[in-house]
Amino acid sequence: MAIVRVEELGRTFRVADKQPGLVGTLRHFLHRRERLITAVDQLSFSIEPGEMVGFLGPNGAGKTTTLKMLSGLIHPTRGRVSVAGHQPYRREPDFLGAITLVMGQKQQLIWDLPPLDSLAVNAAVYGIPDGEARRRIDELAEMLELGPELRRPVRKLSLGQRMKAELLAALLHQPSVLFLDEPTLGLDVNAQAAVRSFLADYNRRTGATVLLTSHYMGDITALCPRVLLIHGGTLFHDGSLEGLSQRLAPWREVSLALAEPLPAERFAIYGEIERCQGCEVVLLVERARLTAVVGQLLAELPVLDLEVREPPLEQTIGRLFQTPAAVAP
Amino acid sequence: MNHQRSPAPEPTTRPLQRIPMRRSPLRIARTLLVSQYALMVEFRAEIVLWALSGVMPLLMYAVWSGAPAGAAAGVNPQQFARYFLAALVARQFTVVWVIYAFEEDNLLGRLSPLLLQPLPLAWRYWAAHLAEQATRLPLVAAMVLLFVAAVPAAAPPLDPMRLLLALLALHLGFCLNFLMQYAITMLCFWNERVSALERLQAIPQLFLSGLLAPLELFPEPLRAVALHTPFPAIIYLPAQLAAGGPIAIGPAFLNLFGWLALLLPLNLLLWRAGVRRYAALGA
Repeated sequence: MAIVRVEELGRTFRVADKQPGLVGTLRHFLHRRERLITAVDQLSFSIEPGEMVGFLGPNGAGKTTTLKMLSGLIHPTRGRVSVAGHQPYRREPDFLGAITLVMGQKQQLIWDLPPLDSLAVNAAVYGIPDGEARRRIDELAEMLELGPELRRPVRKLSLGQRMKAELLAALLHQPSVLFLDEPTLGLDVNAQAAVRSFLADYNRRTGATVLLTSHYMGDITALCPRVLLIHGGTLFHDGSLEGLSQRLAPWREVSLALAEPLPAERFAIYGEIERCQGCEVVLLVERARLTAVVGQLLAELPVLDLEVREPPLEQTIGRLFQTPAAVAP
Repeated sequence: MNHQRSPAPEPTTRPLQRIPMRRSPLRIARTLLVSQYALMVEFRAEIVLWALSGVMPLLMYAVWSGAPAGAAAGVNPQQFARYFLAALVARQFTVVWVIYAFEEDNLLGRLSPLLLQPLPLAWRYWAAHLAEQATRLPLVAAMVLLFVAAVPAAAPPLDPMRLLLALLALHLGFCLNFLMQYAITMLCFWNERVSALERLQAIPQLFLSGLLAPLELFPEPLRAVALHTPFPAIIYLPAQLAAGGPIAIGPAFLNLFGWLALLLPLNLLLWRAGVRRYAALGA
């Protein structure tokens, strides 16, 4: 039975529509104009217990709005949501005790105190007995490789240490559903890897369900066998990353190293020319024609080296985001 | 494909067990107070400045002690000294700044993580105020000792019952002021800048609470009106009780409890409506 179920979810915001300048200001003062913005529209999906699901989309696609609706911070305008058997917007204590939302740009730890003070407050708020709270803090601190940092004021911690401490605070009450909004935002490569490793380990140990948004594709590829991609507030893809890649990029990148430079026009018959610089040429070739084209290239051109690559997913998705009308769901 | 994929999750080694939440209000209050006290100690220098900025009753003592209006109203210099010293203490322990803290938290987006916890926000701000009072306690004690050393007549009469009642009135006066200002604070959910409203209520509070003068000095009609507002319960009631001045204790407490009984449900209603509004706007 799904632990997260979303059916035809929608959210519309009313925003002020004001023209710049003095005239716009006076006009807005006398006759306030507003317009409706649809942040999420007709979104449906479900997540089974224990799944780790990546939630992708460009800025403004509706990811954070969706996470806020799933965690009960925002009322949906339409549609139905059920998380851990609750309707989130009712904000029942049992529901709040079963979920967590970690936002990379927001913090719950008290800035001027060591994390342990905030953790003591969380333990009391969630009704975790002292002994059990200590056991959980020790266990999570070990997984997150946090030690003396828990006794230093939060403001003195590095960004990576702070995010680890935020994760510890967010998981102290052992939520069964984790909503993570950009948990690795701004972290260096090592800290990103540490957070990823912790999340994978936590999911393996506890069976918690994770819905993760990130602009770092490394987070998604390392953690999420399944991805949801929303674009313009609607669901574009629900499935594996391979499926997404095949759907978005029905072509491969073929790199050639030639024995001698050739004019670019020579390559047009094989595929789309991505780059042609001296003896280095990169072509985009349709998957269906790949075998035949590679054979032709080797037979017809002075090829020293040839490499076939999957185009980077970031690049592929980036293209989708830049051309919203070009790719319809 | 270049991307490396993690293996499928292995069988769970420690499945999550939902432990029913056994939340104790006392434990929550104690933990919040301890952590907020630790936080306020970090801000001790700032709190000393706040405390020093609350010496208006001492200035008012200087103004009124030689004024003929006091004698005309039957208030002698000793009563003035005792009243304004007690008013100084009452002022220090009933001051409320929740509007500014909440407004800042709202504008900086710090409310969302707190709203995801099963605890109304009022608990945190209430604990922060009590912790701040505990932090300024030594300084206020020093101010009282210094004033009594300078003006020995200001020493309060040793009437244990009235002093106990004064302490009760002092805390209830703080609670009343907190609830009044928290009700205004809840309007943050509708308008991000409600501190202007706080300034609006600060004017009647300044005049009618007894901070500038004991209510005995007011013209009778104004005094009658003032005694039906919540403001005298904040300064005048605890100050007169501690100073041993004339006050109708029963009606004053009745007025205090009446306003508390009105403000408590009003705050609950505003909180619930405010959270719905917050959710409607997009948090």
